[in-house]
This record gives sequence, structure tokens and C-alpha cells, in this order.
Amino acid sequence: MRAFIVGCGRVGAGLAEELASSGHDVTIIDTNAEAFNRLGSDFPGRALRSDGTDEDQLRRSGAEGADAFFALTEGDNRNILAAQLAAETLKVPTVVAKVNDPVRAEAYAALGIATMCRTRMLVDALATYAGLPSDPAARGVTPATGHHPGADHQAERRTPVTSVAED
Amino acid sequence: MYVIIVGGGKVGYYLTKELLAAGHELVLMEKDGRRARQISDEVGSIVLQRDGCEGKHLAEAGANRAAIVAAVTGDDEDNLVVCQMAKHHFDVPRTIARVNNPRNESLFRHLGVDEIISPTRMALAAIEQDIPVHELLHLAQLRGGELELIEAQIADDSPAVGRHPADISLPDGCSLFVLIRGDTAQQIRPETLFQAGDKVLAISRTDCEVALHRALIGDPVPGATS
Repeated sequence: MRAFIVGCGRVGAGLAEELASSGHDVTIIDTNAEAFNRLGSDFPGRALRSDGTDEDQLRRSGAEGADAFFALTEGDNRNILAAQLAAETLKVPTVVAKVNDPVRAEAYAALGIATMCRTRMLVDALATYAGLPSDPAARGVTPATGHHPGADHQAERRTPVTSVAED
Repeated sequence: MYVIIVGGGKVGYYLTKELLAAGHELVLMEKDGRRARQISDEVGSIVLQRDGCEGKHLAEAGANRAAIVAAVTGDDEDNLVVCQMAKHHFDVPRTIARVNNPRNESLFRHLGVDEIISPTRMALAAIEQDIPVHELLHLAQLRGGELELIEAQIADDSPAVGRHPADISLPDGCSLFVLIRGDTAQQIRPETLFQAGDKVLAISRTDCEVALHRALIGDPVPGATS
């Protein structure tokens, strides 16, 4: 699989290492080159300084032919823009955005972007730890439940990964 | 008409003042506390110190009864999210986004934003007009950006020199309508003969620009973007 990751924070770097070590072709980008210090020195993938919210820069970094695209910066809206560029403009089949605001996460799942909401995951994990029944929907990635009204090509899109955060 | 403006930068601030002066009912959402107070000191208590990207804050601002939501912050991603939330979550009939990166315009339109304001493109167009180059000048965008009013300067080496309009092949999306020769403007008629130095005003669909360029100016320089 060719994986493209936007944002080399802890989550982005961790996912990049994990995918690369299991043999996938990984490209990770960040606007700040210092962020790449989070990657191990033997990271076999590509780490490029590039802006994931800019179409031209995404193309130049090779996002177009990716099989999976992960928008994992610290900004919800940046992730949403990057993910929609990948899905709508670059036609990447599997796209996931990290969206920490639960309302926005749900709204965009309905608009065709699979979302991962740290807030919901943590709240659920802590509530479960405190003895409440766990909410199965809060564990991991919420798959896209609908698709963008203006985008008729989306019917043929593959179902995105259902969960990357289990266990 | 109830209008929600998101973003109290220069654009949002002046837009607020103008719409108030025109008698509209409106709320300005600005998340920065200092900026919000600064503006409300001047225009009154219509400033909501909230992040317009958040669904619950838009609800608080009354997005479900807004006729227009205008997202004019300096960040494209924020403006996109505001408009999409307004459109798809609150059924706002008309959404307007400021787009700073011109490359985002078509994506925003595709994603359902009704109206695009592109200060970058406007500034570029204004500067282009002051720099005489043998290129197409973009004078104005019409119909939400699908059509453009374009000026072409006919140079000595233009393929149009010495020809009638009927001898110039243009795609369906283009129409030439006025010729400026010297100081006078004249209608383009079947018997018009193009001369070097003429300026031709055309309305063109954005995707026909290359053909228009080829017909009036010549083949585009390889690598140059129009």
C-alpha cells in the first residue's frame, strides 16, 4: 500500500513508522522540518517539507497516487481541508481525518470523510474505565456514513478502514 | 435579512460596518477576545466572541435562521469549514467564503460554497492591469467565477492581425464584443479588421482561455500558466 500522511506529530510519526516497518510505501509531510526528528533515523519512507492544504504541494509530494491518505495535523480544519483535497481533487480512495471536535467529526463523516475523534475516544476510554458501558462507535475511526452531495463519483469509492485504533 | 459574518479581520470589520449601514440584521463572530471587544466597542453589541467553526457556536449565533453566512477569516480551511457546516448542518441558503489561495477556488465551489471571494486573485488582476504584457488581462469575474471578462491586446505577431472575426476560430464558451482602438470603443462587427494595437474585450468561460489566448495573442509560451 502507498500511504500518505500529513502532519508529523506524535500520531503521524507513529503511524508512519508502523506502516513503514510492515513494508508499506510511506510518505509523510509537515510544514516544519524539525517535526521529522520524531521519526527514527532508520525511517525507510520519505519525509518531505510540504503543506498538506495546498493542492500543488500535495501533488508534488506524490499524494495523487496514494492508496490511503491520513490528515493528522493539530488543526481540525486543516485536516478537513487536506482530506477533502485528497478525496475530491486527487481521488485518493481511502481518506481519514483527525477531527477532535466531536460535532465536526460527525458532520464530516456524513459528508464522506472518515474521521477519528480523539476527544470521543478518550472520553469513552475514561468512562469505560470508570465503569460505564463502552460506546462501540467511539472506538477508532468513524467510517464515512454519507457522501458529499456534489460528488457523484463517491459511490464507487472503497469503504475506508473501519478502525485503526483498536487495542 | 439576517447575516452571520465569521472573522473580524479587516474584511469582516468593514463588511460588518457596511451591512449595518445598509440596515441588515447581523452578528459578527470573532474568536479572539481582544479583537472582538475592539470591534464591539465601535459597532455595538453584535459581536459574538466565539469560534464560528464549531457547530454549537454557529447554532448559538442563530445559523438556522440566517439567510447568508459569510466566512472571511484569513485561513481558507476555517472559511471552508464554516461554510460547509452552515450549508449542510444548518441549511443556510447562501454561503460566502473568502479564499486566499486561488488554487482552492474550484474545490470550494465543488464542495458547495455558493460564492467565492478571492482577494489574492483580485489583487493579482489589478496589478496585471498595470503591467503591460502580451497576455490576457482578467478584468472581472462574472457569474460566480465561471465566466470572466478578459482584455486581450493584439500585438504585431498576433494571428488575428488583418483578419475578420469570422476568420478567427473560437470555442463556444468565448465571445468577443468590444474593440478598443486608440481612444474609441467600437462594437465588433463582421466587417471589423483586427489591427496591431487593438484591445479586444471578451467574455470567456475559464476553460476556454487557452483557446482565446491562441486565437488573439498566439500560442502560449510553454510552461507559462494563464
